[in-house]
Amino acid sequence: MSVDRLATAQATVDSPEADTLAARLFASGIDRRRFLKYCAIVTGVLALPPTFAPRVASALEKSKPPTMVWLEFQDCAGDSESLLRARNPSVADLILDTVSLDYHETIMAAAGHQAEAARDAAVARGGHIVVVEGSIPLGAGGGYCTIGGQSAEQILRNAAKGAAAIINVGTCSAYGGIPAASPNPTKAVAVGDIITDVPIVNLPGCPVNVDNLTATVVHFLTFGGMPALDDKGRPLFAYGQRIHDNCPRRGHFDAGQFVVNWGDEGHRNGYCLYRMGCKGPSTFHNCPTLRWNGATSWPIGAGHGCVGCSEPAFWDDLTPIYDRLPHVAAAGLDATAEKLGLFVVGATAVGFGAHGIGKIVQNKLSERGEHGGDDSGEHGGEPQPVGAAPDGAPTSPPADGNNSPGRTS
Amino acid sequence: MSRIVVDPITRIEGHLRIEAQVDGGKVRDAWSSTTMWRGIEEIIAGRDPRDAWFFAQRICGVCTTVHALASVRAVEDALGMEPPLNARLIRELIAAAQYVHDHVVHFYHLHALDWVDVTSALKGDPAKTSAVAMSLSNYPRSSATVFAGVKERLAAFVQRGRLGPFANAYWGHPAYQLSPEVNLLAVSHYLDALDFQRDFARVQAILGGKNPHPQTYVVGGTALPVDPKGEYALNDNGMEDIRQLLTKGLNFVQQAYIPDLVAIAKAYPEWTTIGGGLTNYMAFGDFTETPFKQGHPAAGGVLPGGLVRNRNLAAVQDVDPSKIAEYIKHSWFRYDGGEDKALRPFEGETHAHYTGPKPPFEYLDVNGKYTWLKAPRYDELAVEVGPLARMIVGYARGNTQIKASVDGALKELGAPVTALYSTLGRTLSRGLETEILAKHSLVLLDRLQANIRSGDLKTHDNRLWDPKTWPAHAQGVGFHEAPRGALSHWIVIEDQKVKNYQAVVPSTWNGSPRDAKGQRGAYEAALIGTPVAKPAQPLEILRTVHSFDPCMACAAHVLDADGNPVVEVKVQ
Repeated sequence: MSVDRLATAQATVDSPEADTLAARLFASGIDRRRFLKYCAIVTGVLALPPTFAPRVASALEKSKPPTMVWLEFQDCAGDSESLLRARNPSVADLILDTVSLDYHETIMAAAGHQAEAARDAAVARGGHIVVVEGSIPLGAGGGYCTIGGQSAEQILRNAAKGAAAIINVGTCSAYGGIPAASPNPTKAVAVGDIITDVPIVNLPGCPVNVDNLTATVVHFLTFGGMPALDDKGRPLFAYGQRIHDNCPRRGHFDAGQFVVNWGDEGHRNGYCLYRMGCKGPSTFHNCPTLRWNGATSWPIGAGHGCVGCSEPAFWDDLTPIYDRLPHVAAAGLDATAEKLGLFVVGATAVGFGAHGIGKIVQNKLSERGEHGGDDSGEHGGEPQPVGAAPDGAPTSPPADGNNSPGRTS
Repeated sequence: MSRIVVDPITRIEGHLRIEAQVDGGKVRDAWSSTTMWRGIEEIIAGRDPRDAWFFAQRICGVCTTVHALASVRAVEDALGMEPPLNARLIRELIAAAQYVHDHVVHFYHLHALDWVDVTSALKGDPAKTSAVAMSLSNYPRSSATVFAGVKERLAAFVQRGRLGPFANAYWGHPAYQLSPEVNLLAVSHYLDALDFQRDFARVQAILGGKNPHPQTYVVGGTALPVDPKGEYALNDNGMEDIRQLLTKGLNFVQQAYIPDLVAIAKAYPEWTTIGGGLTNYMAFGDFTETPFKQGHPAAGGVLPGGLVRNRNLAAVQDVDPSKIAEYIKHSWFRYDGGEDKALRPFEGETHAHYTGPKPPFEYLDVNGKYTWLKAPRYDELAVEVGPLARMIVGYARGNTQIKASVDGALKELGAPVTALYSTLGRTLSRGLETEILAKHSLVLLDRLQANIRSGDLKTHDNRLWDPKTWPAHAQGVGFHEAPRGALSHWIVIEDQKVKNYQAVVPSTWNGSPRDAKGQRGAYEAALIGTPVAKPAQPLEILRTVHSFDPCMACAAHVLDADGNPVVEVKVQ
């Protein structure tokens, strides 16, 4: 294959009908059994009943790999590193077959002008997914973060044009994160503070758990839209449940058995970390059930309290890390962690708790005529069809901006 | 003369821009600029010093362990805490695993495509590739079937016309010199290494709950309890799991990484004479058997510390931390006392002072301030840090393991020791030390397992956990020899809060701009003389810059945490 041939191949962007995700996966040596297994795992991450796995598989077989443009601004590349830990599908399958990752500075071969040209070409085609890692500094006239001589804000605004959706990976792009922590030296803001006319999904965490990212992409491919979100713009499948409620140490909390010193007998026996500063009672994330690195472990599993890294402004609101929650969550409140958790949860839990997450997805299916039931009105958020439908026909993103949550704390 | 701008420099961590003056097919001068800054140390100011590691860890998600380690060491140094043996071993085990993970990812995913032409791999013959692979090592995935599968996958990928991360690169550039078979071999191992690094990261997940950003550090020890039979502690099963992963790591390094590195190095002999740059090398050293003296770099560890001046291997010196100071003459900061003198870290001050062009812009004013990096200097010297510095310092120290490793590789390449002072020497050094650390990780695990089995379950020094036990004023420094080089965190604690926090970081040493005396930083110096066959496709510039494994989020930070307001400058 000559270089000229490559250039020609790049120019003919319109791929044949056979270029579906499943076709690509099969072509890359993934057999059908492995494909179905991966669909089953992702179905689980999406908090759908196992019976949905065939629907996920069927939708994926018909969908075209979406173009992904991954932007890094005020970041530490921790979310990019998290991407490299993907296993369902594997990172190789993900970046070679599942999506067309046309711009990602940490991974891509091209540099300089050639890299920018790849980004601009992907954006010009439209219908792409923009993934953002890192906050955007507004101070110093944009001088705190420039790439190719353009400010982060300029790059973000250009890349968002015609985008089907924006996925914020990590707490920095979702809520400002550590650069926006007091005293916010660079006037860092979240993506949602700048872009209001493209649907935004927040996948906070420090870093994002890549399984939640792949599940979000699969949801997009399967249902033609982004998953139902909470009032902080986070998918309910991943951020709908409180860490404290799913914690394997919860029994010790209820029994009043606490770790008092690092390495003490209680610590070795898995007692509750509340007195060591655990923020699980005020944090919504699927860490306890999904865990990290192929379900190897998670922070509380390895003996350290939760720091609340998926909550907006946790760097200020949930620190000091080793202080017990009453000191930080609500001044003057002398309450148990249980009450405080509910206090922090507020309306979110009430809003979806009674219905469960399966219902929300069923709504999406009924919208597309794939499900007979009429569940309308059973949940708070309207389904938001965005971007490319599974058949590949691009649709205009809604312009109402309802799903562009900014910082909510 | 023409000015080349490469921005973004991709396949690194962070935001780096290189401007280079090219004449007669060679770089005549170069300027290294980091174009992003967050001010993390300023954000740490005023907070609980026990939280500092968690904030400092976010300096970098690639070097996801190094700042946490340097930070807890700094606080422990300030307060006189003594982490127990189990905690020290767990931390060093994480650090050693970080070396292996980080260097493998750098070689295959960040650096290899500077030497490997992916499109040439499509012409590789799978049977011949298999023969080449088997001649290099006993790596299991070396059959013709494996390479045929990779080739087929690659061809299908190209056929579809969407090259994703491989689009628009410098494929077909005359500076690519590997045979199609070695290219196919390297692409195959690029994919294998993606799977390898994902699985190997589990070491840190077992010990720290997750990776990136493992969450196991606490000042005074570790948050991971140990108990051979405990269900909620690092137990026998966990340690056996780790042993298997570390063994796989050593195998991958010995059977894939090192042989691939040697095969590539043999095809590019001229790159042992290009990219040498600075002539001074510094390492702090690390991985000592006994606790090292607080406030000083570790001495006598698996990685020795020291300073080599002017490439004089006969006169290696000890590093004196009081000789570290930083300039800001060409950095977007200002000092109260003027721009011409350097400040030592404990007395350091930084006020952000952006005077660069208003974006969008085409060129920086390289005669003025042009980067968010300061210019750290040791005893007024510009020094290189990192794998090459470590191998040179270790070699000069006569460290038997390092000497054997370096001499063996040079013999294999038929190159003299001066070949180390080059772009390829840097890349080679990184591979050699990866094997040393992969071996050492198993030694650390043996020691940890033996100590736990002896009944020592202590993981934390609780005596000084409560801030009420602290003096009104304390200050300390934490050293770590990180994968990218000599790292130090400096903390001043007053009334139980962080008064001043500073990190002097490897990529700041290497990526620094000129200092007040006009001395170039390591990237800038190394680029001079680098050939550029096609100015529109400056592949060779990427080779030399990538040989340092730049990490710019690490490098750019404010060093003053004294509550000084950040000054913003309106750009005309």
